[in-house]
Amino acid sequence: MWVYEKKLQYPVRVNKCDPRMAKFLIEQYGGADGELAAALRYLNQRYTLPDRVIGIVNDIGTEELAHLEMIATMVYKLTKDATAEQMKEAGLGPHYADHDKALYFHNAAGVPFTATYFNAKGDPITDLYEDIAAEEKARATYQWLINMTDDPDLKDGLQFLREREVVHSQRFREAVEILKEERDAKRLF
Amino acid sequence: MYTYRKAYRPFVSPNDPCPPMWVKTYETPPQLYLGFQPYGMPQFPPMEALRWGTLWPALFAPYSNPYKQKRMGGYRWNGQMNGSRYTNS
Amino acid sequence: MEWTDERFKVYQQLMKEIQAVDFVLVELNLYLDTHPNDQQAVEQYNDYVRQSAALKSRFQSMFGPLYGFGNSYTTCPWSWKEAPWPWQV
Repeated sequence: MWVYEKKLQYPVRVNKCDPRMAKFLIEQYGGADGELAAALRYLNQRYTLPDRVIGIVNDIGTEELAHLEMIATMVYKLTKDATAEQMKEAGLGPHYADHDKALYFHNAAGVPFTATYFNAKGDPITDLYEDIAAEEKARATYQWLINMTDDPDLKDGLQFLREREVVHSQRFREAVEILKEERDAKRLF
Repeated sequence: MYTYRKAYRPFVSPNDPCPPMWVKTYETPPQLYLGFQPYGMPQFPPMEALRWGTLWPALFAPYSNPYKQKRMGGYRWNGQMNGSRYTNS
Repeated sequence: MEWTDERFKVYQQLMKEIQAVDFVLVELNLYLDTHPNDQQAVEQYNDYVRQSAALKSRFQSMFGPLYGFGNSYTTCPWSWKEAPWPWQV
């Protein structure tokens, strides 16, 4: 099971009321390379991975849930006190018509979240390579999001999240190296 | 040592509709180079680690909007036709 | 208890210290998942476990439980359900 902590992993701040940026940030909430897809991908793959790498995949999957909460916090803060008119002006009219200010798992273009965003192939190398690619794609998304905002506080949180993708990618790459090692094979055959 | 960002000059056609960006860039962060992390690498103190998003300076990859950067001849078209339009080296 | 500017400041300051220490623990945890025999990192991890527990016990005595489901002691009335939730701060 999981234990909920009444704290964010990183102190998220938003300086500017900017509902338009919320529309873009939702990409990392319910988009293909977003934090929900990441968390579900890793936490689902872990059941069929070799024991040596379950830990790292389990723990990165858990950290992704903390990142999901950070993105949600940014979106929440950016839209919390916006009027219906401001939502409309920000291009969030279609969202508002269906959800008011509620968060919804869709991408920046409004496409609802789908399980087809990630795979569990059952082949450990294949799955870890998908994970490495997923981290790099999320890193790239954070870059494009950073390029679209000039709010220093928001940028700060996005930069933290981008850096986490770098570290996760590093650990997944190490997991591949661990699976390439011969040590256990000798005992088994 | 390596750089976090690489640049290249895309082919520029006289038929391109937008003012050309003479130089384009892409990111090459540290996880591409580090290999299996060795024991005992230098660390940031806790507050710094939180701020930068990693405990290890070796894994820290700074990022800033490349469109706002002016080095390497400017990533943005500067309004002048210096340099060949056809360069892609 | 009433939220004053002063109390909010203390909340944020203490929270940030916890976030910094817990972040080191996240980083060491992931590192140890792929470097299980790095004794120095294991010692550092245990040291930060102690620091984290001390900070949290101070925080919780002032601002209520950080954990439900039996991972924190509680006062009467049950204060776990009280705002602010993390996204509201």
